[in-house]
Amino acid sequence: MVLALALPDESLIEALPPALRIEGLRKAFGARTILDGLDLTVEHGTAVALIGANGAGKSTLLRMLVRLIEPDAGRMSLLGEAVTELAPGPLRAFRRRVGIVFQRHNLVGRLSALSNVLHGVQARKSGPRTWLQTLAPAPDRAEALACLAEVGLADRALQRADSLSGGQSQRVAIARMLMQRPEFILADEPDASLDPRSGEEIMDLLYRLAKDKGLTLVVISHRLEHTLRYSDRIVGLADGRITLDRPSRKADPRQLRQFFTGRDHDA
Amino acid sequence: MSLPAPAASVPRWDRPNALTFILTVLALAFLVWSFSNVGLSWERMQRGFPALGSILDRMFPPDLERLPQILRSLLVTFQMALVGCVLGLILAFPLAILAAEGLSPHPVIKQMARGLIALFRTVPDLVWALLFVIAVGLGPAAGVMAIMVDKIGFAGRFFAEAMEDVDKGPQEALSAMGATRLGLIFSAIVPQAMPSFVATSLFSLEKAVRGSVILGLVGAGGIGVELKVAFDLFDYDTAATIIIAVFLLVVLVEQVSNRIRKRLL
Repeated sequence: MVLALALPDESLIEALPPALRIEGLRKAFGARTILDGLDLTVEHGTAVALIGANGAGKSTLLRMLVRLIEPDAGRMSLLGEAVTELAPGPLRAFRRRVGIVFQRHNLVGRLSALSNVLHGVQARKSGPRTWLQTLAPAPDRAEALACLAEVGLADRALQRADSLSGGQSQRVAIARMLMQRPEFILADEPDASLDPRSGEEIMDLLYRLAKDKGLTLVVISHRLEHTLRYSDRIVGLADGRITLDRPSRKADPRQLRQFFTGRDHDA
Repeated sequence: MSLPAPAASVPRWDRPNALTFILTVLALAFLVWSFSNVGLSWERMQRGFPALGSILDRMFPPDLERLPQILRSLLVTFQMALVGCVLGLILAFPLAILAAEGLSPHPVIKQMARGLIALFRTVPDLVWALLFVIAVGLGPAAGVMAIMVDKIGFAGRFFAEAMEDVDKGPQEALSAMGATRLGLIFSAIVPQAMPSFVATSLFSLEKAVRGSVILGLVGAGGIGVELKVAFDLFDYDTAATIIIAVFLLVVLVEQVSNRIRKRLL
């Protein structure tokens, strides 16, 4: 199957540079410093949960990794690319390798689920045949359908995106991300604005897909139980720096709570 | 439970500042001067209404003798409006992309596109028709070009605004995966702006049909020429037939356009 990616050999993983390396990353909005010399390394195939209070800079960091927000200083290397040094052309080529799942799903409501998923092919191709499922070449259409099937929504392929439930809508967004054939996944609160059950299903789906395909995942969640269950490593952000970094199985929920203060749905 | 004591000193209206007061007085003075300057008087209205009554009297019953020729001209008028409108809408779309905030490739190009749209929009279609009659000669071709230019201005502005107003989320998602600008426009922006595009296009057609009647008066083809000739020859009963035919065409186009709008949106 087109989507199935083989897991790299263990010895190869050790020889590879880390999937993500951040050194001295700084970002300020006006007088407010968001990230203050942040350092982080993430190995291939790891699922990292990024936690922190509101305004701690988690989403800013995630967007900076693909330069949707420009850093003020510091260096980032993602999938072996020096992200901070990329010119516009190579930056676009680099972005194709990173799949992002947004909190707001960001689907085109008036288009079908299948057309929205097909848009993921724009990471590799361009032209009118990537705009709508009706115009798509048969192999791309079949791959988009396979992506939808992978998130359990093959039967909703021709339903308009704005008629889907919140959970279904996020699944379509994940299918679009899969269509991109990413090597690295960033997920910014994919479980927010969903009911507890849908949120749980989405986190489970993302974690399972990342593991099945051997992809590196960096996910932000404001639900403590999701953070603990669907990650290998938890990284806590406070005052612009990393103040907590440990394997999820060794994390103490009481210690993690301080990173979720001020939220209703703390576990 | 006792209510709080009423605040006796709360003003009923805000006191206008000096500048607002002066501008209001000047605006009212200008309005009064405008009334006196346009030559509108009670005496003229008293004379005018009976004259209008006399013209209306000579209009009815409408003369149907030239109906086939009138219907042919009416068809040409509609075709002129349709072709001019379609060409205008097609050209308005790329211009709107160049003029839209966030889509234009360069600020200078954006300003130039906006300037062009403003020029096309602000100069009336009748003036464009006069220019094109001189440029390409009498007939429907001049009318088509006048309508086209007018619609570029009209639709260009609304297309650009519609594209600026769409939800930016899908654009962010596609941009984050490295989609091209064209992919972004046609995958994320156009589908969202489509209801607005359809509404603007249908309204443009209605406007074009209404406008195309007038264009004939300056020689730009269509039923307007027939109307002008009928009035010039004091042939008011034929003019009545033309006016009724135009009225029915405009109503028909509006009805069809309303139905399409309701069906599509």
